[in-house]
Amino acid sequence: MNKIPLIIKREYLSRVRKKSFIIMTILGPLLFATFLILPAWLSQVEDTGEKIIAVLETDEFNEPRPDSLSFFADVIPDKENLKFEYVPASLDVLKNILSSSKYDAVLHIPYNVINSETVELYTKKQPSLGVEIHITQSLEKYIYNLKLRKNNIPPEVLSSVRTDIALKTIRLGKDGSYQEQNQQDIKRWIGYICGFLIYFFIFFFGAQVMRGVIEEKTNRIVEIIVSSVRPFQLMMGKIVGVGMVGLTQFLVWIILTSGIVLVTQQAMRPGKPVTESSELTPESIFEARPVQNQNTTPDKTTGFNGYVEGIREIPFLKVFAAFLFYFLGGFLLYGSLFAAIGSAVDSETDTQQFMLPVTIPLILSFFIMISTFTNPEGQLAVIFSVIPLTSPVVMMGRIGFDIPLIQILSSMVALVLTFLGTTWLAGKIYRTGILMYGKKVSYKELWKWIRYKN
Amino acid sequence: MLNFKLMEIFKALNIEKRFSNHLALDNLSVAVPEGCIYGLLGPNGAGKTTLIRIINQITAPDKGELFFYDRKFRSDDVFQIGYLPEERGLYKKMKVGELSVYLARLKGVSKHDALKRLKHWFEKYEMQAWWNKKVEELSKGMQQKVQFIITIIHQPRLLIFDEPFSGFDPINTTMLKKEILNLRNQGATILFSTHDMGSVEELCDRITLINQSKSILEGDINEIRKKYKSNTYEIGLDGDVKKLTEFFRDKYNLVELKRADDHFLARIALDKSVDDNSLLSNVIPYFHVISFNEVIPRMNEIFIKVVQNAQKTKQSDN
Repeated sequence: MNKIPLIIKREYLSRVRKKSFIIMTILGPLLFATFLILPAWLSQVEDTGEKIIAVLETDEFNEPRPDSLSFFADVIPDKENLKFEYVPASLDVLKNILSSSKYDAVLHIPYNVINSETVELYTKKQPSLGVEIHITQSLEKYIYNLKLRKNNIPPEVLSSVRTDIALKTIRLGKDGSYQEQNQQDIKRWIGYICGFLIYFFIFFFGAQVMRGVIEEKTNRIVEIIVSSVRPFQLMMGKIVGVGMVGLTQFLVWIILTSGIVLVTQQAMRPGKPVTESSELTPESIFEARPVQNQNTTPDKTTGFNGYVEGIREIPFLKVFAAFLFYFLGGFLLYGSLFAAIGSAVDSETDTQQFMLPVTIPLILSFFIMISTFTNPEGQLAVIFSVIPLTSPVVMMGRIGFDIPLIQILSSMVALVLTFLGTTWLAGKIYRTGILMYGKKVSYKELWKWIRYKN
Repeated sequence: MLNFKLMEIFKALNIEKRFSNHLALDNLSVAVPEGCIYGLLGPNGAGKTTLIRIINQITAPDKGELFFYDRKFRSDDVFQIGYLPEERGLYKKMKVGELSVYLARLKGVSKHDALKRLKHWFEKYEMQAWWNKKVEELSKGMQQKVQFIITIIHQPRLLIFDEPFSGFDPINTTMLKKEILNLRNQGATILFSTHDMGSVEELCDRITLINQSKSILEGDINEIRKKYKSNTYEIGLDGDVKKLTEFFRDKYNLVELKRADDHFLARIALDKSVDDNSLLSNVIPYFHVISFNEVIPRMNEIFIKVVQNAQKTKQSDN
């Protein structure tokens, strides 16, 4: 009778029901969503509550210029929650009455602003960045045009000489087909996020497997269990159970995060049609980032269409499937090694000497992924995305790009073969280790265990 | 004396198990007749736990064969075995009920049957209130009860207890002894290892004594005890210490003379040629005899004697 499902169920339920898991699972998406939404949200929040700023322009004698003679009276346009009023009164008076007046700030534009390029803002409270940027940008634009006119350069000339190079990448296939490549950045970031998630999940849940094995060993319950099931079954049950906990957490994170992001987006922009990325799919988490870009810089639409195009080009199904495969493969590989370590020691403090050889390739793969960030098809990236110990992280780092099928296949086959090998090897260490107490185990000892018959 | 020749539930033949630098079991054979209580004795490190783990299929022997009834041992025969290891422990964070069902199911009991049987046992020992508690909330004695129930929940035909009385308080020890006898009466076979020779005499029908990886004594416990009789007799009698000492010293080999309440107990080792009746008739004219019986050696003495002999032989071999 096969008892592995029973073991998987126990391992899974006992972890999923833990308070720490539930808290992590709920807090994670809140945290992610906050990161995604917060900038957009802040840009709106800062403008709540109407602000009025008094604008005053002075002449060379520091006297206020009357409305009719002022150059800058209407230069700064009002915004939804930000009004500008020209007040031709003495600066000292304005400064004195500021605290009791309806004004939130006094903007002083001196007569020599064109040369000094300096204006003064007297405020009751620290103005928000948005207000500052609005003021400076409006003035800059105005003075810029002023200077052009002064130098007799017609604006049409200027706009005709302004140059902005766009790089269009077109990939040529061997068969002569070609494909326009949009927004390499997004692809990089998707790879980066996936690679990081895999790295994090393998580390986090691999350590959970190890801790679980140590717990069973120190509890001594392991002897009862291996009198009912084979040690290998117990080990596999634990690895698979914990892996499923990881997958559950991952899926809940994606669904909740995209849910929160989308709901908040809609709530924040009533009346506006939701962008095409609004379906509640796992992909939308990736799309949330560029969409939010649009929120914060609504006037810079250039590039946004490119982002959408870039997103369109990313085969999400492929990314998702690859994530599942490399997560499971990588987790089985590292999980079995972690289980073997757990079986060989008596307590978590003894794990250090065995942890190093397992964590080094994992950490290495993370750094390689970062270094391939700029060159996803370089030699380094290709080699390490095929080597099984590093492939889960490095290959995911490249997944946004078109990777030759041969590389993906060989990487996958190598990963499967390796995890079969490591689970077999780990099973041998595990079988002996779980019943070995009070002995400082060395590598030599582990080698002996591997060579034991049967 | 019970006759166990009917059938052997379990047999291990010529078992050898070697760990990296020492031989844990050396050509060891054990046969456990069905329906008996079988004691596995031996000093620490003799190989008892290794043998028990081999029977439980936790480790495999390097050489030798295992039989369950009259056929070779199959891996699913472990579901006929209930095993209580020496080092006991449970998942501390799990609820008692859930854990019990889980371990029962690992032993092949269906969920429905597991619940039914656990209910019965929990009621019997008035443990119902523990069902939803976490294991770590129970006292050690309570945990041991839970563990015992888990060991027998799949109604195994062979029960293996490794040092069952170590760590149990007297109340639980008594309960355990009673249950062991109960289980035997219901047809189960019990194999247990112990250092407690009192419980061996109390419970065991047969024993095997393992010393330094080898079986050095095996058989029916009553026959063993008789075999190790040293022709020693104990006489309970009244009289003056001085006179008693003088009398026995002159005529016999006085092993021990001790006071017991209002009389004395004298232990006398007789030569093979001397008849026990003649001893009694020699004493009666001089002293008032209260009791007279042959001394049957305690398992404790036999244990020490046999093990020491074995070690001496080994030393002289070297």
